[in-house]
This record gives sequence, structure tokens and C-alpha cells, in this order.
Amino acid sequence: MARITLDHVAHSYLRGAGASADYALKPIDHVWRQGRAYALLGPSGCGKTTLLNIISGLVIPSEGRLLFDDRDVTRLRTEQRNIAQVFQFPVIYDTMTVAENLAFPLRNRGVDRAAVKARVAEIAELLDLTKVLDRPARGLTADAKQKISLGRGLVRPDVAAVLFDEPLTVIDPALKWELRSKLKAVHRALDVLMIYVTHDQIEALTFADEVVVMKDGRVLQIASPAELFERPEHTFVGYFIGSPGMNFVEAEVDGARARVAGQTLTLAGRYARPPAGSSVRLGFRPDHATLGAAGDLSVSVEKIEDLGRRRLARVRLGQQRIFATVPDEVSFDGDAARLTINPERLYVYVDDERRPAEAA
Amino acid sequence: MSFRLDHVSFVSGDETFIRDVSLELEPGSMNVLLGPTLSGKTTLMRLMAGLDRPTSGRMIANGRDVTGVPVRRRSVAMVYQQFINYPSLTVYENIASPLRVAGVRGQELDSRVLGAARVLGLEPLLKRLPAQLSGGQQQRTAIARAIVKRADLVLLDEPLANLDYKLREELREELPRILKASGAILVYATTEPPEALQLGGATATLWQGRAIQFGPTSSVYHRPHHIDSARVFSDPPLNEITIRKRGEAVELGEFRRAPAVGLLAGLPDGDYTIGFRGNAANLGRPFAQSIDLEGRISVAEISGSESFVHVETALGVFVCVEPGVSARLPGQAVDLRVDATHILIFDRSGALVAARDER
Repeated sequence: MARITLDHVAHSYLRGAGASADYALKPIDHVWRQGRAYALLGPSGCGKTTLLNIISGLVIPSEGRLLFDDRDVTRLRTEQRNIAQVFQFPVIYDTMTVAENLAFPLRNRGVDRAAVKARVAEIAELLDLTKVLDRPARGLTADAKQKISLGRGLVRPDVAAVLFDEPLTVIDPALKWELRSKLKAVHRALDVLMIYVTHDQIEALTFADEVVVMKDGRVLQIASPAELFERPEHTFVGYFIGSPGMNFVEAEVDGARARVAGQTLTLAGRYARPPAGSSVRLGFRPDHATLGAAGDLSVSVEKIEDLGRRRLARVRLGQQRIFATVPDEVSFDGDAARLTINPERLYVYVDDERRPAEAA
Repeated sequence: MSFRLDHVSFVSGDETFIRDVSLELEPGSMNVLLGPTLSGKTTLMRLMAGLDRPTSGRMIANGRDVTGVPVRRRSVAMVYQQFINYPSLTVYENIASPLRVAGVRGQELDSRVLGAARVLGLEPLLKRLPAQLSGGQQQRTAIARAIVKRADLVLLDEPLANLDYKLREELREELPRILKASGAILVYATTEPPEALQLGGATATLWQGRAIQFGPTSSVYHRPHHIDSARVFSDPPLNEITIRKRGEAVELGEFRRAPAVGLLAGLPDGDYTIGFRGNAANLGRPFAQSIDLEGRISVAEISGSESFVHVETALGVFVCVEPGVSARLPGQAVDLRVDATHILIFDRSGALVAARDER
């Protein structure tokens, strides 16, 4: 049980790193709270695994301090840190039974038999392993073996944190459904800090109380799944979260008006004129932009896709291509249409960062 | 060209992999083979390519029986799930390789390679080696190599399965346009219903080696002829309730009775299964024609733009799709409302009895 503090932690795999680009992980300050579930989400090379390895002790950061509660563990070895880890591939003993595998991390630390038995039964129940407890691990499917690995990671009640490194990689797609929901339930049942690395938004958003979105070694936003979807602080977050991602269109913004592709749009708030030479874009989700006969902006429709649950249109706004939702009742003749954007869900991004409206 | 499978079966050892499949593929069409792992997608593609010979049935290309004709004498190209490129050849030479084998040279070769590279957005990368490319770029190279041959039949076996979801999303959007320009008959295997919908064209739902239904993608989705077709074409999984219709009421499962509203109203008395997808239900106000069930949230899965909320009820667990990011917590009591005009009704044999009109 612990709180983990990153105190200006940064890492470069190069000696004598200077430029920002040399850093696989740029400086980060953050407190991971006891009992919470976090996901580190980003494309490959974003630094999420480096960050996880710093917490586990596989990597010693080139800068900053790592605290477990108030204890500085920056230079401690993994086994001195009191953490549990689950990796991409199953790590289990084939010759032992499922129960023995689950019990191993406890027996190893001299926990008494009755306590071991009770805890193994509890974890097996959470992961639906009760029926196979007495079977040898050998011969089980890859999915079942990975479930045992998860169980081994979760079995010690006294760890500072459980770290997961893309734990569903080997799971059959049809079963990912089940395990994703299971992990969430497990986290709610066990009062332990969990940190989960993935490049998959569904895993991250489903599992975590808070998601850390990373790119190029930098933390772009740490927020709840709803917050990341509703109010991305960075254009990459808007793009990376949601399917399809956020639309961005170049615009000129002045006060409560924006000029987009030669047309004028009224904004919900007032914005200071951005500095000359900066990139100014409006961001809005396809979910918050609807196509119809009336609306704020004139667009031309390139294609309407029936995605089953909804219809999505690819439209052109001047030279820029965006996606918009087509309500059930709307039909089109020809390609001219009007676009309505929910002003409360329309944001201004200056050089990729969200610019808040001025106080009224 | 046109391509037809005529009562094709494939048996190996004791196992039947393909059972009596007949499909007629139109010239220049996009055809999706949609089915879970082991439903027969890859086997069917190998038969179409001529890599395997059917145990019974015929393959007809342009009216000509090509059943026994081996792959090298057919006009066919394949793209696999794993990105297969020659590691020691540049992107240019990778794309050029099938043309060199076919004896195409000089200006003709160059213009065809550049044409395919342009369509797939590979022009800036032509001098690179595969190892210097991202997964998406590697797979685009493999696709360019498949279309540069101008084969009559292009088979794509889960080509996007190994890519990150963002790349998958972007290529899914680009691919239909790119592939359409090739003029070939396209056959595209996938396990994912959203992918089939985005590709459009025609879809065959596959289950246990059988083609359950083949038709325009959107109508197969909205009017699945059989419950197996609906199951294959639902993600999250199809919600199902067995019912008994008696006069003005229906018995849901063994315990509950409800008025026969919506599509249930016109139904003759008897036993049926109702299927409904997650978007035909909500957790808010009842629909005008509503089937209501009390339940408890077990988990909310969040895909980014939608949330899949699992609700435990006396009749089982159902999944309801809510827009955006759901903040619902496990254990919360809810009323699950099902739109009775938006359900699929199947008889006991699994055949579709009623569905809402297509929009």
C-alpha cells in the first residue's frame, strides 16, 4: 500500500543528453494515489514503457526522484521495492498446479498456510480460475495461462503497486471483452494502486480512473476518460482518443468569432487574438458536429457511411476534410449540406495546446 | 471479370472446413468475408486463390471452370495479416517484384510501380528498406505489391489486424477508395463487424464453414436472415431473449410478462428469440414502444466515442451502447429499455421473422 511520487523524473538513454529530443522521457511530476487505477496510453515510442520501467526499477532515471510514500526508492533494485508485475506473456511454472502458481508469491514470503489458501481462493474466484485450481498449468490455453499471470500479480495484498505491461497482448480478441471487464472489477475489489501500460484506447479507458496520454516522451494530459473525450488539452489527445478522432480545421480567431474556409462561425466564448505566426485550429468531435439542411457552415459531402449504429459523413469544409454525424432522419440530394457544431464542444487550439476562453 | 463459387466444399481428414458455399462476385466489387476465428475465411480464400483444391464444387472465372487451375496460372494476388515484404529490397523493388517476375520492364514497369506507390501514399518512401518503415507503411507496401500486378482477383486476409487501432482506423477509411480504383474483384476477410460496415460493398457472414448470408453489407447488417448471421455481424455481441407470444402478451424467459408492443404486436402466437443490438437499448427514458428490464451495471467498457454498458438482469447480461464516455459505476441499479420497434425476431429454427424496415 503506497502512494508513488514522481519528483521531476526524466530519462535519457544517451550519455550527457542535452537537447529535449534526447530524452525518452521528459520531466514529469506526478503523484500516483493509493487504490487508484492508472493507464499509460500512447503510440509506440511515446515513453510509456520507460516510465513503467522507472517505477519498477528496471530503469534508473537520469534525473529526479521516485518516492514510495516518503521513502526515496530511486536507486533501489526491483525486489527491494515491493511491487508486483504482469508482463505481455505468461510467466508461470508449467509443472505446478494453478493453485500452486497463485500461491507461489505468498509462500515465497513466508505467509502462513491458512492465509495463503484463503487469498488464493479469493483471487481465483475474481478471475474465474476456481474450477481449474487443481490442474497443472501445463496444457492450459495461452489465455488461461495469462489469467494465472494476472492472478500471481494480484495475489499479494501488501504490495505498493501492481504494474501491468500490455497484459492482454496474447489474449484472443473474443476473450479480450471478458478480461477487460474482469480487470476493472478486480481493481474495484482490491484496494491497490495499479498502473497499466497499453497502446489500446479501449483497454486504457475501460480500466483506468485516470489515463496518462503520452507522445514523444512527453505527458500531454492526465485525466479521467470522460475528461479526455470531452475536453482534450492537446490536439494529439483529441486525435488519439475517440474513433474517428477529433476534427481539426485551420481558422482565424478573434474575440467570439472564427473565420473558417471563408465562412464565419460564432464561438461560445471570447478568445484573445493568438500571436502572429502561431498555428490556430478549431477542434470538435464528429460526435458533436451534425449534418443537415440548415446549420452554421456550408460543406460538401463526399461520402456517407452506414456504420450500423450511426451514419458518419466525410465532408469537405473548403479544402479541409472532416467527419460529421448524419442524424437518422436526414437524407441528401446532391452534395451540398450545412454543418452544425455544438458550440460548447468546440475548442480553440493554438500551437496544439487548448486555449481557454477568456473569463466573461 | 466475374467470379463464382458453385457449391464449394472442402474436407481435410475428418474435418469439414467449408460446407457448400455458393457466392457470385460481381466485376470490380468489394466483397467482405465476415466471421470469427476458425469460421473458414482463410480456407475459402485459399480455395479462391487456387492454393487448395475444393473437395467438391466448382470455381468459375469469366464463365470458365478454373477449379483445378493452380495459383500461378491464375490472375490472383493476396495480402496477408503479417506484413510480408522482401527485407533486403527497397520499397520500390518490393512493389516491382511481381512485375519483374512477369517480365515487365523499363518505362512500363516504372510507371506502374510509381502509380501503385502514389495510390498508397508511398512515394516519399520508395528508397527505404522495409525495416525502416512503420507497420502501416509496411502493410501499404504489401498492398501496393498486390495491386500493381493488376490481378483480376485480389484477396486480403485480415490485412489490418496487426496494426495499432489508429492506423487501422485510418487505413480502413482509405482502403475502399484505393482498392476500388484497381478495378479488380476484391475479397476482404475480417473478424470485425465495424470493418465490414466501413468497407461497404457486399458481405458474406461465415459461421462454421458455411456462408449464412450474402448480400449488400448494409442490408445483411440490418436484416440478417438468420440468427447466426446476426450474431456474426454484432459487436458488442447480440443480446438475445427467448420469448413466448400469447395473445396480447409475451413471456420473457421463464419469469417475466410484458405487453406485446412494437414488432411483437403483429406476431402469431408461438416461441421466438428476440435479438437486439446495444444501440437498440438505453438506460434512460422508455421508448414509445418499450420492453423494460430491471438490472444492475456490471461494467462499462469505453471505446472512446461510445461506451458498452453491461447490465445484469434476471434474463442474463445485456450490453447497451451509450454515446460518449459513460460515468456509470458497477453495482448501480438501472432500467434497461429496449426499443421494441428496433429488435430482430427469429423463430425457433433461427430464421428471421421480423425486423424494422431499412432506412
